[in-house]
Amino acid sequence: MANVLAVTEQRGGALRKTSREVVWAARQLADAMGGTVDALVLGAPGVEATGFGLGGVGADRVLVAGDASFANYSPCGYAGTAAAVAKAGGYGAVLVSATAAGRDLAPRIAARLDAPLATDVTGVAFADGKVTATRPVYAGKAIQQLTLDAPLAVVSLRPNTFAPGAAAKVGAVSQVPAVTASRVTVREVKAAGQGKLDVAEATVVVSGGRGLKGPEHFALIEKLAQALGGAVGASRAVVDAGWRPHAEQVGQTGKTVSPQLYVAVGISGAIQHLAGMKTAKVIVAINKDKDAPIFQVADYGIVGDLFEIVPRLTEEVAKARAG
Amino acid sequence: MKIAVCIKRVPDTETRIRMGADAAAIDESGVKFVVNPYDEFAVEEALQRREKAGGGEVVVLALGPDAAQETIRGALAMGADRGVLLKADRVPADALAVAKALAAELKDGGWDLVLFGKMAVDDCNHAVGPMVAELLGLPCVTAISKLELEDGKGVAEREIEGGVEVVAFALPAVLTAEKGLNTPRYPALKGIMAAKKKPIESKPAALGEARVTVTALGLPPERKAGRILGEGADVVPELVRLLRTEAKVL
Amino acid sequence: MAPRFEGVDFYDVSALLSEEERAVRDTVRQWVDDRLLPVIGAHYLAGSFPRQLVPEMAELGFFGANLPEQYGCAGLNNVAYGLIMQELERGDSGVRSFASVQGALVMYPIHAFGSDDQKQKWLPAMASGEVIGCFGLTEPDYGSNPGGMITTAKETADGWVLNGAKMWITNGSTAKVAIIWAKTGALDDPGSIRGFIVPTDTAGFSAKDQQGKLSLRASDTSELVLQDVHVAKDALLPLSRGLKSPLSCLTQARYGIAWGAVGAAMGCYDEALRYAKQRVMFGRPIAAFQLQQQRLAEMLTEITKAQLLVLQLGRLKDLGKATPQRVSLAKRNNVDVACDVAREARRLLGANGILAEYTAMRHLANLESVYTYEGTHDMHTLILGEEITGISAFE
Repeated sequence: MANVLAVTEQRGGALRKTSREVVWAARQLADAMGGTVDALVLGAPGVEATGFGLGGVGADRVLVAGDASFANYSPCGYAGTAAAVAKAGGYGAVLVSATAAGRDLAPRIAARLDAPLATDVTGVAFADGKVTATRPVYAGKAIQQLTLDAPLAVVSLRPNTFAPGAAAKVGAVSQVPAVTASRVTVREVKAAGQGKLDVAEATVVVSGGRGLKGPEHFALIEKLAQALGGAVGASRAVVDAGWRPHAEQVGQTGKTVSPQLYVAVGISGAIQHLAGMKTAKVIVAINKDKDAPIFQVADYGIVGDLFEIVPRLTEEVAKARAG
Repeated sequence: MKIAVCIKRVPDTETRIRMGADAAAIDESGVKFVVNPYDEFAVEEALQRREKAGGGEVVVLALGPDAAQETIRGALAMGADRGVLLKADRVPADALAVAKALAAELKDGGWDLVLFGKMAVDDCNHAVGPMVAELLGLPCVTAISKLELEDGKGVAEREIEGGVEVVAFALPAVLTAEKGLNTPRYPALKGIMAAKKKPIESKPAALGEARVTVTALGLPPERKAGRILGEGADVVPELVRLLRTEAKVL
Repeated sequence: MAPRFEGVDFYDVSALLSEEERAVRDTVRQWVDDRLLPVIGAHYLAGSFPRQLVPEMAELGFFGANLPEQYGCAGLNNVAYGLIMQELERGDSGVRSFASVQGALVMYPIHAFGSDDQKQKWLPAMASGEVIGCFGLTEPDYGSNPGGMITTAKETADGWVLNGAKMWITNGSTAKVAIIWAKTGALDDPGSIRGFIVPTDTAGFSAKDQQGKLSLRASDTSELVLQDVHVAKDALLPLSRGLKSPLSCLTQARYGIAWGAVGAAMGCYDEALRYAKQRVMFGRPIAAFQLQQQRLAEMLTEITKAQLLVLQLGRLKDLGKATPQRVSLAKRNNVDVACDVAREARRLLGANGILAEYTAMRHLANLESVYTYEGTHDMHTLILGEEITGISAFE
């Protein structure tokens, strides 16, 4: 019997969506392990965790560590605090979401706890007294099954993969000490653009490629993304050409995304791009070349001139949403 | 300036993956191996920092099989000074085991910087760099896209969702490189020839027990075949209808 | 984005190369994919040489790569040098011509026939791309018969005065320096041919690009006119003597061309194969049709033979055994088969094959020049014929 510690993330005092996924996954794992779920919240002093609804996704307890240095992600502080809580005992697993912060945090926690680590997993389970994990490797070309052989394992979960359900637990909030010793200082966080939705967090992504012929035409993509309430993504070619920032790049050397809907416009579908988006629930492709590889992974495809199709799609989506 | 760069020999990303006989690793025959693309940014950064400092040493380390010497040689051809191969027939799936072996080699090395690529494109763990930092007790910033160093102090930037984090630290430090940190140089042909004479020390990797094991490696589930709905903008209403009623994502 | 070239290597010739030779090949290969191929189509159509790439090529050490390190060169062996030419020509024959001229026809004669002062003065600057050179041998009326040239160099009190005209000179209009071959004695005495290093800004020297080319369009091809061009005594390449001197330069260049042709063929084959696998007609990829498979099989067979041919030639050259006749055989064969491969690839590509977006037709057009220059196909036939039979059939 062992418990699961779910490390959550907040931004500006609000719980990040991925944290609900982590707590939910922790709930499933704890049930398999015969244990409870503690959700760890790290934030500025007075961070109001009771409003996070963590009990609703399965947290038995909510442990809050507040410190001025925790308002933003602080690598050593978060790792030190999580490790201290985990060391206090009784845990079989520590779960983290593989966000930008989580990818940085999970290895640090694992090293401090001398625990085995599985990262960016799409499945986590408990079998024969050990934590097991499923994860994509080789740019999504293969799936690995792992067994972590230790009393305590650290696992980071791929965002947008563990859709949370409801599991009403108490979620009683209590304070834990913040471990603040730090070797680095996060000086500031520069926001990208006003309310620009990050491609890795969005449920809808509209991506543009070379077919758009020039940076000025990306306005078409932006309008469609807006109509769909989604984020703008980009292929490597247009990022390398300087049309779009690297933060928007979807693909092997960019971001891996798993949205509900991915619309690929003027993108041929090179292996490296597919690696970043082929686990999307629904893929739509728009391309003038009917032999483009993207059509092999698309659920729905339209062949033709994107300069005619995309505005029409934006129009029809707006109509559908309004009506 | 004394800089260590840890690199990894990985299958080229264009390679078609086939499972090996034991279904726990890929079939390596016919696979082209290259230096992990993110590690190239780390090597380039090390070379630039050495140049800016007006001198120093760049040492390239790799944990892997004998064939990784060729990978190290590639970094020497770019301009690194010497290489160290920690020999292991197979790189364990246990990132912490790898980190411990690297940390044992790096300990007491008097490094100003220890650089990594942010992740390897084969196992995509994003872990060894920060783990080594923890084991060595050094400050660490991961996935950096910008770096400034001055007077034994550094400021790095890393992309996060919706923005950029600016992080300050003192040297010595461990940094892992994101794409775009710099533009890696091609090895000059002269550099390729010079690399032949640069030393590569080979020793067995001090690998402890691996607590992460791969029990199976398989192909991902096939996506159900989709369909091309038609040509031109007139098909759009049908697409929207299907996205609503069939796919239920609208 | 064009897919990266992974090589064509049916007989695992890579395993016969050393680690350094592979590293050299892979560096040039990647550079061609990243830097040359994206721009070459536009340059070809515009008829311009991509000058902006020269500094990078120089910095990577592409010029005079098989000359010694003491002159700032890479000091590679001849197989590695050949691999550079192979990969460059996979990019474009005109760009490979630039490198061939600079390395084999300008730097080589200075290295082989020049004084120490000349070598020190020119070679490092040429390796670094600071000084571009050209090779003036061919004349309007003397192509296959260079011994008949009428450009003269008469000795004067303080040097030489040169008069004549050269044609079909690669880099002529942009070169800072021209290696001019001229007769110092009677016009019927080819033994009096000697080489001169002529700065192109010397009074009386002019160069003009030839217009209307349908081949090698991404290359500068010029006429040179020398009208009472006075050069100092130290312009003479002291060890040059007779026709053998410029011909030995040609042998160096031809060696590189034999490799280059393989590169062009490899590029055409690779493009054709990728196209055949994804182009669908009658409900199947055209790679399923027998006639296309035959095309591809023929191409691969010729490429494989050509690869093994030049590899052995390179090993012989490193032993000092690459005679001009052995080089003739390779140049003659490899360029001829490359022409065939390019043509067949163009045909496989169908209508798309006439577009500059694809490389086949550009290669096809370029290779016609490569067939003709550096010794026409027919001339090499006679060189071999004479070697085999002992009987000259030139006249």
